[in-house]
Amino acid sequence: MEPEYAIIGGGIVGLAIAWGLLKRGRRVIVIDGSDGSFRASRGNFGLVWVQSKGLNRPEYARWSQKSVALWRGFSDELQANTGQDLALQQNGGYWFFSSEQEMEATVEKYDALKARLGGNYPFDVLDRVQLRKEEPEIGRKIAGAILHHQDGHANPLKLLQALAQDVRRLGGRVLNGKTVQSVRQNGHFRIECEDGTVVEAAKTVLSAGLGAAHLGPQMGFKAPIRPQRGQVLITEKLPRIINRPSLVARQVAEGGVQIGATNEEVGFDDGVTTAGIAGLARAAIDAYPILGRAQLVRSWGALRILTPDGFPIYQQSDHMPGAFLVTCHSAVTLAAVHALLLPDWLEGTEKAPDLEVFSEARFGRA
Amino acid sequence: MKRDLAVRRLDEPGRPVVVRLDGRDLELCDGGNLAAELLAAGIEPFRRTPVSGAPRNPFCMMGACFDCLVEIDGVTRQACMTEVAAGMTISRPGAVSETKND
Amino acid sequence: MIEADLVVIGAGPAGMSAARQAVEAGLSVVLLDEQKRAGGQIYRNVAHVSPARADILGPDVARGGQLVAAIQHPRITHIAGASVWQIEGGTRVAYCVNGVAAVASGKRLLIATGAIERPMPVPGWTLPGVMNAGAAQILVKQSGMVLENAVLAGCGPLLYLVAAQMCRAGSPPLALVETQSTADLLSALRHWPGALRGWRHLVKGLGLLAEIRKAGVKRYSGASAIAVDGADHAEAIRFTVRGRQHCLSCETVLLHHGVVPNTQTARSIGVPHEWQARQRAFVPTRDEWGRTPQNGVFIAGDGAGIGGALAAELAGAISALQIAGDLDALTPAQRDAAARPLRRALRGELALRPFLDRAYPPYQGALSPADETVVCRCEEVTAGEIRKFAKLGCLGPNQAKAFGRQGMGPCQGRYCGLTVTELLAAENGQSPDVTGYYRIRPPIKPVTLGELASMPATGWQPNGKQENDREN
Repeated sequence: MEPEYAIIGGGIVGLAIAWGLLKRGRRVIVIDGSDGSFRASRGNFGLVWVQSKGLNRPEYARWSQKSVALWRGFSDELQANTGQDLALQQNGGYWFFSSEQEMEATVEKYDALKARLGGNYPFDVLDRVQLRKEEPEIGRKIAGAILHHQDGHANPLKLLQALAQDVRRLGGRVLNGKTVQSVRQNGHFRIECEDGTVVEAAKTVLSAGLGAAHLGPQMGFKAPIRPQRGQVLITEKLPRIINRPSLVARQVAEGGVQIGATNEEVGFDDGVTTAGIAGLARAAIDAYPILGRAQLVRSWGALRILTPDGFPIYQQSDHMPGAFLVTCHSAVTLAAVHALLLPDWLEGTEKAPDLEVFSEARFGRA
Repeated sequence: MKRDLAVRRLDEPGRPVVVRLDGRDLELCDGGNLAAELLAAGIEPFRRTPVSGAPRNPFCMMGACFDCLVEIDGVTRQACMTEVAAGMTISRPGAVSETKND
Repeated sequence: MIEADLVVIGAGPAGMSAARQAVEAGLSVVLLDEQKRAGGQIYRNVAHVSPARADILGPDVARGGQLVAAIQHPRITHIAGASVWQIEGGTRVAYCVNGVAAVASGKRLLIATGAIERPMPVPGWTLPGVMNAGAAQILVKQSGMVLENAVLAGCGPLLYLVAAQMCRAGSPPLALVETQSTADLLSALRHWPGALRGWRHLVKGLGLLAEIRKAGVKRYSGASAIAVDGADHAEAIRFTVRGRQHCLSCETVLLHHGVVPNTQTARSIGVPHEWQARQRAFVPTRDEWGRTPQNGVFIAGDGAGIGGALAAELAGAISALQIAGDLDALTPAQRDAAARPLRRALRGELALRPFLDRAYPPYQGALSPADETVVCRCEEVTAGEIRKFAKLGCLGPNQAKAFGRQGMGPCQGRYCGLTVTELLAAENGQSPDVTGYYRIRPPIKPVTLGELASMPATGWQPNGKQENDREN
């Protein structure tokens, strides 16, 4: 029988959506790229994060919060089904500041957002002394931090593996090593790959990360996405130094400290630079001086998928009804809503979340 | 744990100097290859793996396998790429303590 | 920052020879050497070898001494103890000496980082007491120490060389457990023309075998199902020969089944590699001068393809001649005239390889280890787990790495990369070329964050750019 959904792109976004659809009994096939493809799902920072998002777009803050609230249940279910420990920790996360003025400016923005969210934005402002109690290894250059209690982190690689396993267990078909060349609609969708593979399905979801820039226009989307590089470091395994994650550093369950990240507009270049990693090292040592003695084991560049305003795109194609575009740069945070709520939007049920604010209409007419 | 490793010196050992290993004094040959000298002194294991606590000793002796990692003056280093120097402080964080990290 | 015409990474025969040839053509050279003394692996510590130890090591070592002497030259800056961790823009090399980060920049770069032993995963190979055969040799060369009562297992000329050296040192191995069969040797005979051309090496090899026989070392051949037993240390080695199981009590096991190019540095800058079926390894893409597709980057020596010390020396010189030509220190005619005898000699040196590669193929049991065998030593991932990742859609090692962490440890895949590629290739029914290899990233060797931070600032600052800060 023909699949009901063909999901183009088997990263965290595509697999989470596939998983959600499969749990509702839909027939799903996932078409995934090759070993060397750019894969933000393999290079990210693993944050399950609320703070600083949607400061001028409360809908995005709410969408992130919704996902964060559902993450524990989502993770528990994946863990029970696959035996993979996603190492979810939701004990809060920091934003560090090197001056009190900067911190005050951000607190103002958070207060404003909090009001628009009806008070649901639990954060504390920690001065130097209070921060040192929470993070004994914090450096003197850090003047203070905002601790947001809805922040956390997980193991994004385990998330990917658990999804890959469970999608198959639920009866999803996954084709690996494919490069989609064309998508046509004639009643149903006909997806042709470079190697001659043809997939036909009633509906299709484009969740191919940077691949959407090339495939999207074919399918009637604007897909105004661009790559932005983040260089990341990971150290040797260390005894526990860092209690809560921040964008500067987090300590993963296995013991290594992950340090991030740059924001560079360098096109499709996922390399690392001496200047980049040296700068990251300096920032990490400023935050946690004891890291000066830690050995760097690996560095990498990962390409974020960015829209002009940084918000996700959820759009059904006007030209090809039944084709959907899903793209974001916080796939780990949003994995829970992508798995649990987005299928309602795809199916058009009455429980469908209102995602109009994330449609392509905001980019104006082509 | 000290073991009589079947290692035999072909030359006269060099000038002995005192280093600290896990808080105790140990005599090793000055300027010698640290991994070789520790092997000759019967020191084993060099470390325990972070994943399962399995014992490890040097494997390749040329800086490629990283099984000879020890902490020298607070920094993780490959013993096979290090020379013995008087007063160096060596510790084997995994090997000596039984408690795993975190 | 140190600048020179040519930056060479590696002070083994290829690197030393290239450096000398380059200065003879009038160029300046920076020679970055991670060891404290020049010589690489094969000529480890050669300048400080006592006569007694030279007897044990054999006459070939003398050649190394000459090369080391030859790099004492005013235009060669030999930086010892230099751990290279990143290369940028093709020829700008970041390294660390004594905890201080520095940069060496050249118009050309020669990567001469040589070979490593092919990983030989067998059950129990991670136990203390199990080492590479090359490690035993390094102990002799560098530290004047010999391992007693060892069992050597695997195949290849290095196994015989190490065994013979141990005999000369008065500590003959307990046994040689060899994995090649008579059929392998017979099959190799079809390469007899090359074998004859390399007769000097053959004669040396036969000499080694005679020494080993004279010392009464027990030899087994055609061995399979090799495993090392022991709780916290090697206690015995088990193997099967002609259907019969053997078990030898021993506390030291030395493994070896060939050497392969060490591709870390070349891969880290994106030099493409091809699978070479005869050597059963990846080799970098390069032309007959050692020039790679990466701008300004050359590779010579065992790192470009296994050929041995003398071949490496010749290849290093040939690359240096082309580099001198690139930089207009030699005319094409001068370059070709100098290269001609070197190429002839190189062909002679490489003539024996097809015979050797066929006579001593890698041990199949280690190319396709049993499920419970640890394949990634750093993260303790087994062959069985890797086979499972293939079933989860992992066509290549980078997807598999994301699932199992193999290749993420400190050795960054040096001792599991080839095994993982072969396992995935076999499970997916694809060639190793199609399957690919780990993506190698800096640091090529570990560097502390403090050492990294000590790099001179070049203008980039992480300014606390926030997620979605363009929203504001």
